[in-house]
This record gives sequence, C-alpha cells and structure tokens, in this order.
Amino acid sequence: MLDMKKICKTYNMGGEPVHALQDVDFYMDEGEFVAIIGPSGSGKSTLMNVIGCLDVPTSGTYELDGKMVAQMSQDQQATIRNEKIGFIFQNFNLLPKLTAIENVELPLLYRGAGAKERHDRAMEALDKVGLSGRAKHKPMELSGGQQQRVAIARALAGNPPILLADEPIGNLDSRSGREVTELIHDLHQQGHTIILITHNNAQAEEADRKVRIQDGFIVSDEKVIR
Amino acid sequence: MKLGQSFRLGINGITSNKLRSFLTMLGIIIGVAAVIVLVSLATGTTSSITESISSMGSNLLTVNIMGRGNIGTLTEDEMEDWKLIDGVEKIAPIVSGSAEVKAGTETATASLIGSSADYLDMNQLTLAQGRTVADMDVESRQMVAVIGSEIAETLYEGENPVGQNMKITGSNFTVIGVLESEGSSSTGSSDTRLIMPYTTAQRLLRNGNIRQVSVQVASSEQVESVKTALENLLYEKYQDEDLFNIFDQTEILETLEETTATMSLLVGGIAGISLIVGGIGIMNIMLVSVTERTREIGIRKAIGAKKRHILTQFLVEAVVLSCTGGLIGIAFGIAITKIVGALVPSLSGAVSIPVVIVSFGFSLAIGVVFGVYPANQAAGLNPIEALRYQ
Repeated sequence: MLDMKKICKTYNMGGEPVHALQDVDFYMDEGEFVAIIGPSGSGKSTLMNVIGCLDVPTSGTYELDGKMVAQMSQDQQATIRNEKIGFIFQNFNLLPKLTAIENVELPLLYRGAGAKERHDRAMEALDKVGLSGRAKHKPMELSGGQQQRVAIARALAGNPPILLADEPIGNLDSRSGREVTELIHDLHQQGHTIILITHNNAQAEEADRKVRIQDGFIVSDEKVIR
Repeated sequence: MKLGQSFRLGINGITSNKLRSFLTMLGIIIGVAAVIVLVSLATGTTSSITESISSMGSNLLTVNIMGRGNIGTLTEDEMEDWKLIDGVEKIAPIVSGSAEVKAGTETATASLIGSSADYLDMNQLTLAQGRTVADMDVESRQMVAVIGSEIAETLYEGENPVGQNMKITGSNFTVIGVLESEGSSSTGSSDTRLIMPYTTAQRLLRNGNIRQVSVQVASSEQVESVKTALENLLYEKYQDEDLFNIFDQTEILETLEETTATMSLLVGGIAGISLIVGGIGIMNIMLVSVTERTREIGIRKAIGAKKRHILTQFLVEAVVLSCTGGLIGIAFGIAITKIVGALVPSLSGAVSIPVVIVSFGFSLAIGVVFGVYPANQAAGLNPIEALRYQ
C-alpha cells in the first residue's frame, strides 16, 4: 500500500546541509491506522510532506498504491495528491469565501468531474461527517469542530486510499477534539487507511501503530497495545 | 477543470473586493473611453471636412502667385492663353478681401470676392434669387454684387434684396443676386460672402494684382497634365518655382488626411499610454492578490490543483478585470462622444466602430500581458511554503 525505502531528505540552509530524513524505511498496509509522533524539528513534518507528495525526497524509493512517486514533477505530484491523498490539516485550511459544499467539491473540481457528480459526492461526504445540513454555510459560520469535519469531508470526497491528518485536533477545544477523534476512528472502522501526525503521545495511543521519529531517524515502530 | 469554472472563480475573485477591483479597472476605463472619444471625434471631424472639400469638386486647381509688387500680376491675356491648354474648362481669377457693407442704418462685414461669371459654378454655389455676375459686368466694371444669405438677412430683413442699393467702402453697389443659404461648415460659410466682378474688386480694393486663379479641369484624369502645363507656363514667366504654386483639391485632401492621421495617431498614442498604465495597475493588484492569497493557492495545490489550474484562475481574473474595464470604458466613451457631438455642432458624434473593436481587443490583450506574470508567480509557488504562509 505504502512502501518507503531508504528515504533521505537533505536541505541546504545557509550553505550547511541539514539532514531532515535519514534512511527512513516505512511501510503501511491497507486499512492500517498509524500515528507518526515526534517533537518539532524531528523531521516529522518533512516525512509528512514526502508521504503527502508535497515534497520530493533527495534519495530513496517511495511506492504509493502501486505507483512509484518519489521522483515526480510538480504536476504529476498534484495528480497523486488529488487521487491518492486526503489531507486533514491542523488549521482546517478551508477556503473562507466558498461554502462548505464548494470546499468539499474542490478535489473533484480539479479532477475534472461534472457538476452533478461533484455535488452528489460532496453531499455524500458531508453526510458521512454529519454536516449535510450545513452545506450552504461558509466556514466562518461554523464552529471549529464543524470546520474540521468539513475539511475531513473534503479529504473524503475524492475517495483517496489514504487520509493524512496533520495534528487534526491541535486547534480544537477538548470537546470538539473528542468529536473529531471519534470521527477519525469511525472512518478507520469503515476501512479507511489513516496516517495521524502528532506530537502528543496520548493522541498517538489512539492509533493501531505508533512510529516515533527523532533527528531524522525512525527510532521506534511498535503496535499500540490496549 | 473547464474554462467556465475558471470564469466563475475569476468573477468571484473580482466581486469579493469590489472597490479595489473598480479602482484597478479605472485605469482601463479611462484609457478606453479616452481612445474612443478622441479618435471618434478626430475621424468624424476629418470626414466632415473631407466631405465639404470634395463637394467643391476635385477637378479644381488653385494657382497662387507669391511674387512681390508687379511681378505677381497675371494679365488677362495670360489667362486667355491658359484656356488654350487641353483640358482646361473654366478659369476664374480671384481677388479677395474683406469689406464693410452698409444699407441704410444696417452694417455687415463680408468676405469680398472678386471673380468672373464662372465662380459660382466652379464652387458649386447656387442662387436663391436674382442673377450672377455676367461677363458684361466684368468688362464694364459694373458696381454690382451677389450677396450671401446672412448678409441679405442683416441688411434687408424682410425685404427683397435684389435691386436694392448698398454702400461698400463708400461706393454705391446694386444687389443683383442672393446665394442659397449653406449653413456654416468647417471650411467657412458662404453665407457671408459678397461676390462682384473682379475688375470692380481690383478698383475697389486698390489692388491691381491678380494673385489667385481657380482653374476647372474637364475631367479628373486631366488634372495632372493641366497642372504640368500650367507649371511650365508659370515657370517660363517667373523663372523661379518659389514664386508660384498650384494646389489641386486632391492634394489638399491628401495633406488633410495625412495631418489628421498623424493627429489620430498622436491622440491614440497618448490614450494607449494610459491603457498601458492601466495594465500596470492591473499587474500590481494581481501581484498583491497573489501574495494575499498565497495560502489559498497552497490549499488548492495540496488538494490537487496543477500549475495550469492556478495559472488559468489568476489569468482569467486579470482578463475579466481588464475586459470589464474595457466594456465600461466603451460605454462611457460612446456616451461621451454622443454628448460632445450633440453639444458642439462642428464636431461629429459618430462613434468609430473599428476603434471600439481595437480598444476592446487592446484591453483584452493588456489583461493577458499584464496578467501572465502574476499568474505565473502564483502557479509557481511551492505548496509547502504556500501552506505555511500566514
């Protein structure tokens, strides 16, 4: 499903090479729920960017859903992001001028889907997160928890094989956070493959598997025992 | 993603910041309106001048003698010789000046023209009443005159002018005819003209010299050959080509058209510069917009927008902006042209359609040209950095 081998990412910062990822091997099966945990500066964000095809690794191979995606052009990466990855961001990243349903339709729009198909699938996704009644609302008219649920609906709309959640409850109060966490669990139960990026150990415990990253190395990779 | 959706996005982008969009468009609006108004008025006026000149007949040659003193004099014998040139149909010497005309207590200022019997015909003037100057009048220096309708109106309001007396610089004259009213045209009105035998005019103005002669050529094909023949004759006499010149109407028309073409070009150039300034305004605001919407671009890219999606979105926005400005400018331009045309009678209010099309095309092109750079900037943003942008 997702297979990374010997992934390295080196930045050049003021002439000094910074090794953000060093020989990272990472593997995931379909239907898994994996948490990637690490403090800031650990290379966690870089790993997320590589997994999410927002960034290309300096070296190594990366196979995603049967496709080699490590060395791709920006436009090819855009297609992969559109079809294979559903992003859920810490700060929701909804477009404020669009309504909830228009936001959810976006990935389908860039895929070239027709108006009716877009609307139907977006409604379906909103229904999954329990917000079909708020389709015509703008993000500003929704609570933080609702906004994050709209963002999850957007991630679901394109029906990607992987959901990539970057600190999804980091900006939410504990009650909304709970709701969103439950929703993610529900999605996992329904068979979605989920990667959760967090710096919070308690949240990481929610997942099936916990991958700890530090100084660009994966330092531990263990099943969560409940 | 289809173009229709790009359009909707572009229009969304514009309506979400109406004041700013309007101010941005203002440059284009003013530029396009200025182009349309100025060029329409210039070409409209030119065509009305051209029309009135060509209505005088394009087979007319005007011979001007510039010599000093008696060197400049053309004699009647010489003019008789000209009539022998193949193609010459009519000849009318012209002695001109201006004069105060009095009848009873009324006074009028007239542009005095001394000429021969053919003058009216050659200048396509028609009589409303009476008769024109005859050869007999020329020979015997009769104190008679044909007057323009405006003079007739001033001097003899409500009366029949024909047969009435008037005084021109102290001499008694008899009115023999009245010209048909022409109304004012850009080449001057015939309504204030006063036409008398040139022999009479020479005496009245104490100026024996004939310095201007109108020559009517039978057909336009012969204009060139007659002109050459006259040039030869005059050169023989004066031995200096700077002492005379011969104008034909087509030459005047050409000069006029050249002048107005240059004028239109200048006016169009100035207006074009304002369009470019407007384009820079659009580029500026689009660059600001790209910066402001960096995050939006990042989100769109993360979700799967390709370079060309972002490029089209911003390019369409710039083009919609400039074309909307163009259309508003066209509306303003047409309105202003019509209003000016209605208020100023000597200017034509006809809108030049090619200019409307060209200026719209220009505003479209400006949207593309000045939109490409910002749109390209937007499309080239790195999604990670764009997402991180606050």
